[in-house]
Amino acid sequence: MIRTGIIGLGKMGMSHCAILGAHHKVNLVSVCDSSTLIINAFKKYTNYECFTDYKKMIDTMNLEAIIIASPTKFHDEMVSYALKNRIHIFCEKPFSIDPKKGRILSNEAIQLNLVNQVGYHNRFIGTFNEVKRLLSLKVLGQLYHFSAESYGPVVLKEKGRTWRSDRSEGGGCLYDYASHTIDLINYILGKPVGVSGTQLKLIFSRDVEDAVYSNLNLESGLSGQLSVNWSDETYRKMSTQISVLGKKGKIIADATEIKIFLSENNNNLGLSKGWTIKDITSLTPNVNFYLRGEEYSSQIDYFIENILTKRIDNKSSFKDAIETDEIIQLLLKDATSK
Amino acid sequence: MLQVSKMERIIFGDNQFFGVNHSSDEKARAQSIKFKDNQSIINVLNIAIDEGINTFMCTTHDRIAEICQIIRADERYAGFKIYPCMPYAHKYANAVTELGILGSIKQYLPGNIFSTFAKGGMAFVKKDFISMMELMIDAEMKMFKGILTPIVFLQNVVTDLILGLGMTEFLVAFHNYIREKYQAEAGFITMNLPLLLDTLTKEGITNPIICASINKIGFRMSGGIEAYEKVIKEKRCRLIAMQVLAAGAIPPKEAFEYVARMKGVDSILFGASSKANIKSSKELIEFYTDKELI
Repeated sequence: MIRTGIIGLGKMGMSHCAILGAHHKVNLVSVCDSSTLIINAFKKYTNYECFTDYKKMIDTMNLEAIIIASPTKFHDEMVSYALKNRIHIFCEKPFSIDPKKGRILSNEAIQLNLVNQVGYHNRFIGTFNEVKRLLSLKVLGQLYHFSAESYGPVVLKEKGRTWRSDRSEGGGCLYDYASHTIDLINYILGKPVGVSGTQLKLIFSRDVEDAVYSNLNLESGLSGQLSVNWSDETYRKMSTQISVLGKKGKIIADATEIKIFLSENNNNLGLSKGWTIKDITSLTPNVNFYLRGEEYSSQIDYFIENILTKRIDNKSSFKDAIETDEIIQLLLKDATSK
Repeated sequence: MLQVSKMERIIFGDNQFFGVNHSSDEKARAQSIKFKDNQSIINVLNIAIDEGINTFMCTTHDRIAEICQIIRADERYAGFKIYPCMPYAHKYANAVTELGILGSIKQYLPGNIFSTFAKGGMAFVKKDFISMMELMIDAEMKMFKGILTPIVFLQNVVTDLILGLGMTEFLVAFHNYIREKYQAEAGFITMNLPLLLDTLTKEGITNPIICASINKIGFRMSGGIEAYEKVIKEKRCRLIAMQVLAAGAIPPKEAFEYVARMKGVDSILFGASSKANIKSSKELIEFYTDKELI
């Protein structure tokens, strides 16, 4: 049983808390949040040790693992303190507003042999992993274009001010939504190295963008487009889709379904010419406790398993996440340079 | 008086109306276009009623409030039962992303939070989370006034969140409040049937009403199909099977045969949009139902 604590009991922290609370290999011992309202609820209705000061929690609880789900601007100092105390870390995305600091923390974690993971849950979705697998087998031949999109109904009116409406604290569609999309490109297609023609559009928010549109160039030479909008009420919840075009066909995938079009039969993979559709039911293994999607439990299972097996070459490591943080900085720079 | 009514064998669901499809976002969008008008939803409900299905299980979506107005106003729906499932979680989840947890409470509690808690203001909120939950239940139940709602469900994302957090007092409070205030029974939707049932039993809630994913391929049956089959056989709860078709992965005949023959499954929930699908699903369930089981 891994002694675990959580910092931050917002939407993600609460969700992680429920998954860890039901986890057979985890002993969730303590939670921390700066809101006395939330902490009082936990004091009253749970048996966890409750803190409003994260340092005090780390100092006194003898934790082996920690989940950091605080607002992004606090990640650096919290990760740093947890590393000093030799604790394995799962940190929410995006990892760091300052990629330089992020890189120092990543190196530290590696040197200390600590498991370090960032909550990019798309990396644990069956359909996206199938796209990655098929592309590694060159099923589409030479690739010439991709398009990665995320849409959802978060900000639909001119109202509300929280840390998410302040970019300096890691708010806005770029940090909150587009980070997932950029990470998915990085995971499936490879590292982005350049951006151009970036547009950050304010739709309802006053101080941050509600939509991000840009062209991305990858290390491999492949280029494509990024299109993200969190003010789109035609979507019931966040929906991410990736389309990849190659000389031998095309793949379109979202979290529920993967559609493959091939111009010729691929006998090695048993894929016939024309469309093949695979859905989540055949690509997603069951989890022990389900809350909002298998991927949320899978990423926690993976984190815990890595601690138990002392594996630090994580499939969603700090190092991977910093590459997304760097692209966010490039997008901001590109958008403001015009 | 508590309205204790036997659950019907077949219950009609609402996912098809609101762009919910577990295997395809694209199909989900097509459905939400198809059911843009309330009348198109009512037309499908009428088909279900004509087929002899008289219970509709639905989320407390804003659109359901409009459907309820139509149902209330028309005598032909006098015996029609609705099982509300609350809350419509995405409404709150999206609000929490934008406004934070406290901001969302302020936005969704009926009236101004300070007038709602006139006696103690925020101090009251801080002390009494159960009362806050009761106010939220009342807000969600308003749309069903005057309609038969013998069972009121807590949606899986909330049931399972509370379950994982270990805040079981809220599950008990929901159970009690639905009985006391609405003279109805509480039901719980879950993706974690074995864990939920054990937890409710420990809290003294015997033979609870639970709605869970049950299908031949084990889709969304957390902990595995064997654990589910074992618990179902024990008949410790009144059970509604949902996601019987596993998001379309199992052919209807095979899918309905598996659940309809299963001892311990009381009711089967399904949603469909066409007369042909509604009719054939109902016929399959009835064909495979062992009359001695129910």
